Amino acid sequence: MESEKMATEITPKGYVNFFEESHGLKSWIFTHDHKRIALLYFYGVVGFFLMGVVLGLLMKFEMITPGETIMKPQTYNSLFTLHGVIMVFLFIIPAVPAIFGNFFLPILIGADDVAFPKLNLLSWYLYVIGGIMALSTLILGDGPPDTGWTFYAPYSVKTGTNVIMAVMAAFVLGFSSILTGLNFIVTMHRMRAPGMDWMKMPLFPWALYATSWVQVLATPIIGITLLMVVAERVLGVGFFDPSIGGDPVLYQHLFWIYSHPAVYIMILPAMGLISEMIPVFVKKSIFGYKAIVYSSLAIAFVGYFVWGHHMFTSGMSGQARVVFSILTFLVAIPSGVKVFNWVATMFKGSIDLQTPLLYCMAFIFLFMIGGFTGLVVGALSADVHVHDTYFVVAHFHYVMFGGTGFAFIGALHYWYPKMFGRMYNKKVANIGFGVLFTGFNILYFPMFILGIQGMPRRYYDYLPEYSTWHKVSTMGSWVVAIGLIIIIANLVKAYRKGEPATGNVWGGITLEWETKSPPPLLNFDKPPTVTHGPYDYSILNK
Amino acid sequence: MNTNASNFVEQVDLAFYVIIGISLILLIGVTAVMIYFVVRYNKKKNPTATQIEGNNKLELIWTIIPTILVLIMFYYGWVGYEPMRNVPDDAIEVKAIGRMWSWTFEYDNGLKSDKLIVPLNKAVKLNLVSMDVNHALYIPAFRIKEDVVPGRNNFMWFEAQKLGSYDIFCAEYCGQRHAYMITKCDVIPVEEYNSWYAEGAQALANPSDDPVEAGYNTIKANGCIACHSTDGTKLVGPSFKGIFGTQRVVVTGDEERTVTVDEAYIINSIKHPNDDVVKDYMKGLMPGYDGQISDEDMDKIVFYIKSLGE
Ligand code: HEC
Ligand SMILES: [Cu+2]
Ligand SMILES: [Cu+2]
Repeated sequence: MESEKMATEITPKGYVNFFEESHGLKSWIFTHDHKRIALLYFYGVVGFFLMGVVLGLLMKFEMITPGETIMKPQTYNSLFTLHGVIMVFLFIIPAVPAIFGNFFLPILIGADDVAFPKLNLLSWYLYVIGGIMALSTLILGDGPPDTGWTFYAPYSVKTGTNVIMAVMAAFVLGFSSILTGLNFIVTMHRMRAPGMDWMKMPLFPWALYATSWVQVLATPIIGITLLMVVAERVLGVGFFDPSIGGDPVLYQHLFWIYSHPAVYIMILPAMGLISEMIPVFVKKSIFGYKAIVYSSLAIAFVGYFVWGHHMFTSGMSGQARVVFSILTFLVAIPSGVKVFNWVATMFKGSIDLQTPLLYCMAFIFLFMIGGFTGLVVGALSADVHVHDTYFVVAHFHYVMFGGTGFAFIGALHYWYPKMFGRMYNKKVANIGFGVLFTGFNILYFPMFILGIQGMPRRYYDYLPEYSTWHKVSTMGSWVVAIGLIIIIANLVKAYRKGEPATGNVWGGITLEWETKSPPPLLNFDKPPTVTHGPYDYSILNK
Repeated sequence: MNTNASNFVEQVDLAFYVIIGISLILLIGVTAVMIYFVVRYNKKKNPTATQIEGNNKLELIWTIIPTILVLIMFYYGWVGYEPMRNVPDDAIEVKAIGRMWSWTFEYDNGLKSDKLIVPLNKAVKLNLVSMDVNHALYIPAFRIKEDVVPGRNNFMWFEAQKLGSYDIFCAEYCGQRHAYMITKCDVIPVEEYNSWYAEGAQALANPSDDPVEAGYNTIKANGCIACHSTDGTKLVGPSFKGIFGTQRVVVTGDEERTVTVDEAYIINSIKHPNDDVVKDYMKGLMPGYDGQISDEDMDKIVFYIKSLGE
């Protein structure tokens, strides 16, 4: 294949990549290029992620001893609210689709851009506006919100803090998410390269496809729910507060009808990344391609019907609790299928244990812990005990950070040379990985124990019998911070001084490896034609 | 861990053991296989990969076996949960009232307590009432929790099987002092319980002669001291000390005005706290007590606030 040969050579003189195509601030903030928009998202998302991390570190520091350590209860309550809002709405929901999806979805399907480039830019602006609105609560109004990221009514209707701004921020961010989803769906239907039928499409695009439908269909529900909170606060319309005729449990239903599917908006794209990376480092076709595709679709679909498992103690009817519990157990199956397929892919491979593969393995391990503890909270009687305790906090951090977070950082190491045209120091990258992985477990594993012992979440203070594990957990948070610093420093250094990367650093056979690093403005010199399946590594042997 | 402090502990813990047990086996198994593959099929040892597209039989196996396993898990979860919703007919009923940020337990004879006192080996049903926002009553040692939702009549029940004093937490976030909405459940022998119950009834019939003490007991029983101190300390709300007869700047609607703290003002502040919000304090925090406090108790409260001086 001619283009492939070209890509493996060091970029020829006179080649203009998408960075060099045009210059100046305007060429970025008014760009229609999906790759530049992806990078705009990248800087925003990473910025917010670091803010969320700092808030988390402060919270953990407060928890190192019982009683007041460095802040008052009101401050602590605002911190965990902002930490949640930032991490959920500004980091984990947009992270994988808006950065890697924007950058690589068109390339992976052999297109020169997304279907609606201007809409794409608009989504980014909505993201920035939403982010600024969320942060503005720090200085505007009567103090940052103190409701938790769930904005549970009627507390969110009664508290004097700046809930309206925070809720409107989430509303605007929702639109950003809907538009990205819509854009991706149309892109995949309309713009696949000649020869790429659906069953030849790589698995990351497939995961984005399933996710995009959830984004488009579920997000409007949270939008209207949040508007109802605003209407209740401003106009006194009684939706959720029983003292004016509302129903608090209605709020929880509406909130989780979106927010449970949103969990899959957060994890499905990450699973797609894992499916994308493993075959490259195993040099082997993915095991059970179709099973992985169908399991993504199954997760996205069944995921709509399990929201009630967040409300087992809310006073919902007994039958409803039973039905939600069964469905919750069933939605675990397709996730299990994926794990088995990933591990089976390694069987009889020719494995090159590079940094991205280490992250994939960590993902599988941590995601399993997150998933299994999800079964614990899916079981009725066990959930009654650990609901709203640190057990749940540990569970979702294993899924969100151990899962999506690790997949995100892994994919960054996988595609970094492609995106920026430079290679990082692999040894330092592995050390960073090791520190992060260790710190992660010291930080979050103790929370399972605390939860089983009965420590409720969102507690500013705690009884002395819980101090040991709180202390351990806080120390883990420092190790996580060190790990992140190593990883970021390594990547920043590579940006300035890294070795120039060839077009195909890992020997992959999906389309992004057929173009240069970084790619040209329209991605390919010649529009590609697809002749083999995305992971058909038998072509290497021919 | 397994203390058997209540009738539910055994079944709930069993669900934990079953689910965590099965999970541990799978977790260790899958992880070990993964690490084995990475070592065994390292590219140095195995320079060319064998291409395998998949295997339908395997896909079927690892769909069906996990399905059976999770259904087993569901079963154990359900078995432990089922009795929690079926209250025995002879259960003692206690009204558990949650408010920012304290609990009150009201017994059939009108007795009010800030601790939950229950007899050993007797079924107790808690009728859960919230006066303001969502709370959740959680007794970790008993493995029970249920949300306390305003406008809804949730319930929970248990039978304590071991004497002792157990923590009660509020598990649903409810604002600034959520972490302090904690109290105890004291499990005492039946005879002791009966006499405590009878004495309490008597005390109600012949309330304390000292009106100041009676007043203090009333604000304590109604949870006012979670937000108001009696010694001048500023909590979430203004202290009661020395306010009677003084001038106050309040916000009424959008306007600021100055009022004198008299009986009418105090009573209205308790019944409809959002009418006049004391300046520099947060609106919407104090629940309205209209219809919750009898006129008699109201008089006691007013008397007590007066007694704290001017
Ligand atoms: C959740 C916290 C909370 C609880 C519980 C609470 N209050 Fe308040 N209270 C406040 C706050 C905050 C204010 C000041 C804002 C306002 O006026 O609404 C206040 C104001 C008052 C005032 C006016 C005080 C002044 O200085 O002008 C009175 C009187 C009062 N409360 C009485 C009570 C009584 C009696 C109870 C118990 C039956 C009670 N409160 C329970 C929070 C609380
Ligand atoms: Cu959920
Ligand atoms: Cu609470």
